[in-house]
Parts: sequence; C-alpha cells; structure tokens
Amino acid sequence: MDKTIEIKDWYISNFGEFEKRLNGGSESSIHKKRKEALSNFSRLDFPTIKDEEWKYTSIAPLLKHNFIPSYEKKNISKEFIKSLLFDEMEHSLIVFINGRYSAENSVLLNLPEGVIVGSIADEIKKKNEVLLKHFGKYADHQNHIFTALSTAYTEDGAFIYVPKGKIVEEPIHIIFITSSADKKILIQPRNLFVAEKSSQVTIIEHYACDEESTYFTNAVTEIVTEENAVVDHIKLQEESKKAFHIARMEVDQEKNSNFSSHLISTGADLTRNEFNARFNDEGGECTLNGLYMIDGTQLFDAHTLMDHAKPHCNSHEHYKGILDDKSRGVFNGKVIVRQDAQKTNAFQENNNILLSDESLVNTKPQLEIFADDVKCSHGATIGQMDDEAKFYLKSRGIGEEASKGILLHAFASDVVTSIKIESVRNYIEKIITKKFN
Amino acid sequence: MLEIKNLHAGIEGNEILKGINLKVNAGEVHAIMGPNGSGKSTLAQVLAGREEYEVISGEVFYNEKNLLELNTEDRAREGIFLAFQYPVEIPGVSNTNLLKTALNEIRKYRGEEELDTIEFLALIKEKMKLVELDQKFMSRAVNEGFSGGEKKRNEIFQMAVLQPKLAILDETDSGLDIDALKIVANGVNKLRSKDNATIVVTHYQRLLNYIVPDFVHVLYKGKIVKSGGKELAFKLEELGYDWVKSDVAETVAG
Repeated sequence: MDKTIEIKDWYISNFGEFEKRLNGGSESSIHKKRKEALSNFSRLDFPTIKDEEWKYTSIAPLLKHNFIPSYEKKNISKEFIKSLLFDEMEHSLIVFINGRYSAENSVLLNLPEGVIVGSIADEIKKKNEVLLKHFGKYADHQNHIFTALSTAYTEDGAFIYVPKGKIVEEPIHIIFITSSADKKILIQPRNLFVAEKSSQVTIIEHYACDEESTYFTNAVTEIVTEENAVVDHIKLQEESKKAFHIARMEVDQEKNSNFSSHLISTGADLTRNEFNARFNDEGGECTLNGLYMIDGTQLFDAHTLMDHAKPHCNSHEHYKGILDDKSRGVFNGKVIVRQDAQKTNAFQENNNILLSDESLVNTKPQLEIFADDVKCSHGATIGQMDDEAKFYLKSRGIGEEASKGILLHAFASDVVTSIKIESVRNYIEKIITKKFN
Repeated sequence: MLEIKNLHAGIEGNEILKGINLKVNAGEVHAIMGPNGSGKSTLAQVLAGREEYEVISGEVFYNEKNLLELNTEDRAREGIFLAFQYPVEIPGVSNTNLLKTALNEIRKYRGEEELDTIEFLALIKEKMKLVELDQKFMSRAVNEGFSGGEKKRNEIFQMAVLQPKLAILDETDSGLDIDALKIVANGVNKLRSKDNATIVVTHYQRLLNYIVPDFVHVLYKGKIVKSGGKELAFKLEELGYDWVKSDVAETVAG
C-alpha cells in the first residue's frame, strides 16, 4: 500500500518539470483540464485485484517501477520504420518517437481538403476548435486513474479530423515507436479522432519498440463518429515483452454511424486494453474484434464495454486468444442494452486456445439487458489445439510445426479476414507467421 | 512394398490388433474386410502413424524401411496415404492451402523442386476432373460443410494430387450412394499402376464390384482369419460375417 502512495507521489512530483517544459502552453483551457486531472489522479487510488474490474489483473508489477516521462529526442533508423510499413501502399504515415511527433519521419499523402492529420500538440497550440470541443469529453478522468494520469500529462499524440462528407480513401497509419534503451520511460500518447457527418476514414494505431526494454505506455484514444460517418480502426500492438501497456479507447457513435475496431496484439509484460463504445443515437453499427497471442509470463487483459443506449443498433464482438507457456489472458466483455434500446442486435463471443498446461484464461462475457425486444447472444470457449485436425495435416506430409502454424492461422483467420485492407491483412499474417512458424 | 509381421497394437491399454501378418507387393490391391470392431480402422490408423495408438509388438516394413520408426509426416512423404473414414473438417484452412503445402513439403523431402502457383493450379485442374469436383471447391475450407460424398471425393482428389505409393482407403465407400461410389472407385482405378499398391478397408462387398481386389483378407477380433482371392468377398456377401465367426469358433473348438 505504502509503495503505491510513493509511486503516486512520484508521478505527481514530475508535474512541475512537465509544466515548465510546456513553455507558455500552460495558459490554455487544456491546461485547466491537465490540472483538474492531476488533482483527480492524486485523489484516486490505483486499482487492486479487490476491484471487480481488475479482479484478474494485478498491476502491482507496474507500480514497482518509477517510470520517467520521456523528453529526449531520439533518432530511429529508417530501416526499422520501414519494417513496420505495409507493402505496396501509398498512404499517410505519422510517426511518434517516445510519444513525440516526428515530422521528419511522417508523410501526408492524398488527403482531401480540410482533413487534418498530425500532432495533437500542434493543434493544442493552435487552439483548434474541434479539439477543444471534444478533448477529454469521452474518456472521463474523474474515476479512472490511468486516464487521469494521461490527461494530466497531455502533451502529444495523434489528431485526425475529417470534415463533413470527406472520404479519406487510403488508410492513415500512425506508428508509436518506443526507443528507451536502458531508461525506464513513460510514454503517454493522447489521441483524438473526429469523423464528421457522412465522412469516412481508416486509422491504424500501431505500437512498436526497437528493443526488448522495460517502459510504460499509457495511451488514451477518443474517437467521435458523427452521423452517418464510417470509421475503421485497427490497433496493432507489437511491444517489448518487458513493457507495460495500459490503453483506453472511447468511441462516441452518433446516428447511423458505423465503427469497427480490430485489435491485433502480441502483448507486453502486462497489457490492459479497454475498448468502450456507446450508441448515442439510433441506427449505429459497431464491430469489436480482437486477437491476442501471448506466451512466457505475459498477461493480456481485454476489457470491452458496448453500451446500447438507443434503439435499432447492432454490435458484433469477437475476441480470440492463443496462449502458450505460463501466460494469462483476461477477457471481460460487457454489453449493456438500456431500457430505450429496443430492436438491438448484440452478439459477443470469446474463443481461446491454450497451447500449454500452465496457460490460463479468465473469460467473462456479460450481458445486461433492460429492454424486452432485443436479440442478444454471448458465449465463450476455451480449448486446446484440435489433435484430429493436426493428425489429418500430418498424414498429408505436413510437418508438426507447420501443421500447428496452419491451424493457429486458421483459428485467427476470421478476425484477420474481417479487416478490409489487403496489405494490412498481409502484415498481420506476417506477425502471426513470425509468432508461430 | 509393405510387410506386416505379427503386429499387436491398441489404444488406452486395450489390445485391438492381436498378431496381424500381411504382405503387399507393388501393383496389388488388397481388400481388408471384417465386421464392426474387428480392428480394420485401427490397422489403417496404425499404418498412417496416429500417435494415440500404441504398437505393443511386431514389425512393419515399408520399402525396406522400419515404418514404425517414422513419424506421421515422414510416412506421408515416403508415399503412404490414408483416405480417412471420417475426413476432418478444418475451418479457416482452404483446400488449396492444405494441398499446396502438403505437396511442396513432400517434394522438398524428396529433393524435388517446389511447384509454383501456376504449375500447382494446372495440376489440380487436371486431377479435379478425375473425381468430378468443381474448381470453386478449392477455395473452400477443408471438408467444412461438405456432404458425406464430397468429403470422400475430396480424399480421393487429395490422393490423386499427392500420388502415393501405398494408398489405404478406410471405409471410403460407407455412406455413399451408387453414383458417388462409382466416381470414387473410378478415381481409384485410374490411379492404379504396377508401381503402387492399394489397401481397401471396407465393411461391404459392394465397393469391390468397382475396385476389383487381387486379394481379400478377413479381419476378425484383431487377426486375419481368412485370405483368398476376390471370390472370398462374394462368399462373405452371401453368407455374412456370421459364417466367419462360426468358422473361427469351430477352429478354436477343434
């Protein structure tokens, strides 16, 4: 307990230094939010396994380290960045190194007029009205200590704005690279994506590191999909197995909007991904898909909340996990269908394959239904690799390892094939191949 | 090509095969018949290398190699093919992916060049005609949602592509209507040659009207109790397995 307080003091004590570095930026309304969030942070406690929402995920290992906010500018080799790109694609790329926008590595291509893609720090400086309207509105920092920490230290992250009716045809690839060497650094990407009425955009949030080191990523992403807007979001998490990754995504869905999220993760030491989406009006469609592949002593926790607040909305959720060695997985998917939300269709499923005797999954699909004319289902499975299928493949001359790879690819395939862009799918196939072949 | 000597094998501590002796030469077709539970499928699975089955004693030689020392995939690469009684459904793996991977692993093992996509497609197009399968079928997941007949045809199609030296057909005829049976049998017959051999495991004599065997063996309680030419199959059809059972009982009593 005492240790936890020390850690909190540590994060609070860094704030003075942080403020100095803001260099005049401390006058803005955003800064008021930062300070509010800091006081929330000092009031709130870090969760323990006594909290229902953190029952299976102990963050004690995270609290053992004094992570330092990263200020240094780092250079990353072009080759490394190239290894993170999708083949045969010409699209906008924005790169963040240790949480800070790297203009020299970023390139903006084929963006329709009025679309903004770039650093949130720049937009804070410019007092961008869209930013001021939406920032911090969806990811509440009153009750969530990690969001409070993120909000207090808001500095940089990705900002994407797609004005009314604009279609961004090519995906926007955002890469967050951590290069910490031997320093235990704290990276806090703070992202805001706003798609206005009838606009369309595909955004890839990609987390990577250049070496296996210990660092802490605390990411918050807010997404606004206005009426009739279509937003596809893909998150790729390829981080160090010694890293800590706490992330939260909040999605606001307006009338007839269509949002989809795909998470592909090879985990970290400890990963917590929260995906929360809320239908604020009728006719919305939301897909939440995920694939986690972990081993060693990794812990991966996916927490999702699908809030059907209004009628005539559809949600589909499918998370799949492959766990080896002593790794642990947590899936907690909650679907709330509120009293108003008649004619809701909500489907949720979580399937897991355990490759070892010592791996473990705690899965908890939850449905809370307060309306009476709805179609909802949920389910979870935990199983082993299908030995019959493996024998079948081997009896055709395919070796043990290749057979295993084929079957795990197959297990993952419905999550991967639901991603629309071929080159992204190919990239993900490579991640899976690297993992299992 | 294949020589089985006094083979005893079982699963989970139960001995099912109790001393099998069988010799199969290149160019021959052997039918193994027998009532349910006599050990026919066990023999097929043991030859293919199913790990769940335990070989208790005995020897199996395949082209001068100790077959029992080879793992499942190497047996396939050496030219053994098992057409499954119940082909396994594998969602997410396409027929193309399975066959191309299998074929190239086998070719690699034999030190042959891997086929590129164009060569592979040409090959499967030719072989598909043999079992009257539609091209569309290649992109479907392995056996997923296939009818019983489609599954069996798929087994024969895979056999045609992989071109084994020794094919073991495990109850490939059961559950097939006469049209599907003819297609399957026709596929098998076209693949027959003086260089390869076939073991047809079946419960019914019907299949043997279409795939004419050189030898028929009757398996009962884990042993081959009768061997003969194709006329043995007709006798079995006429008298039923009870004839074998009573015959064996007599022999034991006598």
